[in-house]
Amino acid sequence: MTGLGPIFRAILLGFSRDRSALFFTILFPLVFLILVGGLFRTDGIPRSKVIQVGPVAVLDALPADAQREVAGVLTITKADDLTGALASVRNGDVAAVIEQRGDEVLVHYSRADPTSSGTVRGIMDSLVQSANVAASGRPARYSVRGSPVQDESLKQIQYLTPGILDWAIAVGATFSGASTLVIWRERRLLRRLTMAPIKVPGLVGARVLVSIGVALAQTALFLVVAMAFFGLRLTNSWWTSVPLIVAGTLSFLSIGLLAGAKAKSIDTAIGMANVVVIPMAFLSGSFFPLSLAPAWVERIAHALPLFHLNSGMTDALARGSPPMAVLPELAVLLGFTAVTTLLAIRLFRWDDA
Amino acid sequence: MPAAVVTRDIHKHYGRTRAVDGVSIEIETGEFYGFLGPNGAGKTTTLEIIEGLRKPDSGEVSLLGLPPWPRNEALLPRIGVQFQTSSFFERLTAREQIRTFAALYRVRGRTADDLLEAFGLADVAGTRTERLSGGQAQRLSIACALVHSPEVVVLDEPTAGLDPQARHNLWDLLREINAQGRTVILSTHYLDEAELLCDRVSIMDGGKILRTGPAATLIAEYNAPTRVSVEVRAISLDEAGKLFPDATLDEQAGVLTITTHDPSAVVSELGRRHALAGLAVRGASLEDVFLAVTGREYRS
Repeated sequence: MTGLGPIFRAILLGFSRDRSALFFTILFPLVFLILVGGLFRTDGIPRSKVIQVGPVAVLDALPADAQREVAGVLTITKADDLTGALASVRNGDVAAVIEQRGDEVLVHYSRADPTSSGTVRGIMDSLVQSANVAASGRPARYSVRGSPVQDESLKQIQYLTPGILDWAIAVGATFSGASTLVIWRERRLLRRLTMAPIKVPGLVGARVLVSIGVALAQTALFLVVAMAFFGLRLTNSWWTSVPLIVAGTLSFLSIGLLAGAKAKSIDTAIGMANVVVIPMAFLSGSFFPLSLAPAWVERIAHALPLFHLNSGMTDALARGSPPMAVLPELAVLLGFTAVTTLLAIRLFRWDDA
Repeated sequence: MPAAVVTRDIHKHYGRTRAVDGVSIEIETGEFYGFLGPNGAGKTTTLEIIEGLRKPDSGEVSLLGLPPWPRNEALLPRIGVQFQTSSFFERLTAREQIRTFAALYRVRGRTADDLLEAFGLADVAGTRTERLSGGQAQRLSIACALVHSPEVVVLDEPTAGLDPQARHNLWDLLREINAQGRTVILSTHYLDEAELLCDRVSIMDGGKILRTGPAATLIAEYNAPTRVSVEVRAISLDEAGKLFPDATLDEQAGVLTITTHDPSAVVSELGRRHALAGLAVRGASLEDVFLAVTGREYRS
């Protein structure tokens, strides 16, 4: 593959000096991860805030371990002023106010936030029921034991890291695929290179290798940051993410190639890449789980390479699925690349003439 | 010695535009050869056909005795090309740029550094090509075309857009390249450049070659008149008309131009009348040849 070495070096050197490319492919997604990671640091649903006015026996008499468990879902502050506390409920600052009148536990809540007030009422209900059972002096007949289905250490970050990382790789590879072609054509570098004794596979291979290298560097950086600061735990099959990243990069490069094959100017190429990348990021579940989306969105998602990369990467990084589980996703990504590249080759023009 | 380039009746049409319309030339090895013509004359397309970048619709081309189309990898190391736009990798310094091209031809980095020195680019070797001046970028572009010591060098309008100082520097370099025994082929729309540099010139217009030969021969062949100009306040148009009935007169922007086949008579008569203010005498040039063969003014 004549020409591969020197052209690889030239592209890599050029990339490493491209501040805006470095920002958008490396720094921006990382900042994004840090922001979102910090946001979801506390797991799952945010705890509901309640105010306890005066003594409430079912809360005060809880043993220490049960108190910790309640603290995991409710943040309880104590106050003496009932009127002030009720105002806080009205303002929406707290989910509920709890007080005890005789044997009755009173939960003041606002209808505006049925989710958290429901949570509070449910908890209080169960606490009162257990207190009743305990007061009867008989052992409870039924009991509930929770058993998480996923990896016991699973956290939001396990899902977020692959989502944001895949999106960052999609942006980087699509844009570099689109812009390299257009810029080289605009500057006649493509023609100049055909006058040198190089081979086309060397030229294309250099571009592809740089993109794969950049994607793997993004991955390493992401995983290190997510592990060091957000408690990401790698599963045993994390290494299956490497072939996934390579196949994903190829498929995004081919999208960029398709945009760059036809675009007349660099602005058009970037615009076309944007039209693909931005909706793809949302439709593929990079930022939120697709289970929240309507069914038609899911159907569209199946046609997008980012969806398959996300799904494969979640298998590899979060679910710890066996390595063979990602094979279908790999096949879809490579198939997508082949079709798009063929289309790009058919539309390709060497120059603007 | 065999000819460096031979084309026989090459044609290239784009739709109805006849970019190249029957060009036949023979360029000797070691010759400095120029294609002269206004924009759109077909110079660039002719060069691209010679380089093997484009396939002619019809006709034959041979470069160093071989067909340049389809892309001939045995031929590529023997030719060096420079395009109208400088074709560089993004965000690389001048040295990295030429070293990349050197590596593509498997030439040592030292050779590339020596060329930078020879082209007066050693001071800006660490500067990114985007920040080079027009003249520096053009010199680097030509240096990149020469990094593998090609036998034939093809340059498309190498001095376009350069200031006069940079043009003169580049002319010296091009003469030197030719003096090393390389065949230099260039296109230009500057008449003076073709006249000064080239052993032979082909005047092109509308995709055809109108005349070919050494500039001096072309000018001599065409019995061109000389232009004598003075300021109008020195002598009026009417007065001049009476004095030089055979000459063509033209008054523009306060300057009277007398176009004549007998310049010595005109100048001595003006001198006798002390009417030499702002005197300029311009002999026949390629511009006159162009006017004569195309029947219209030269516009670059």
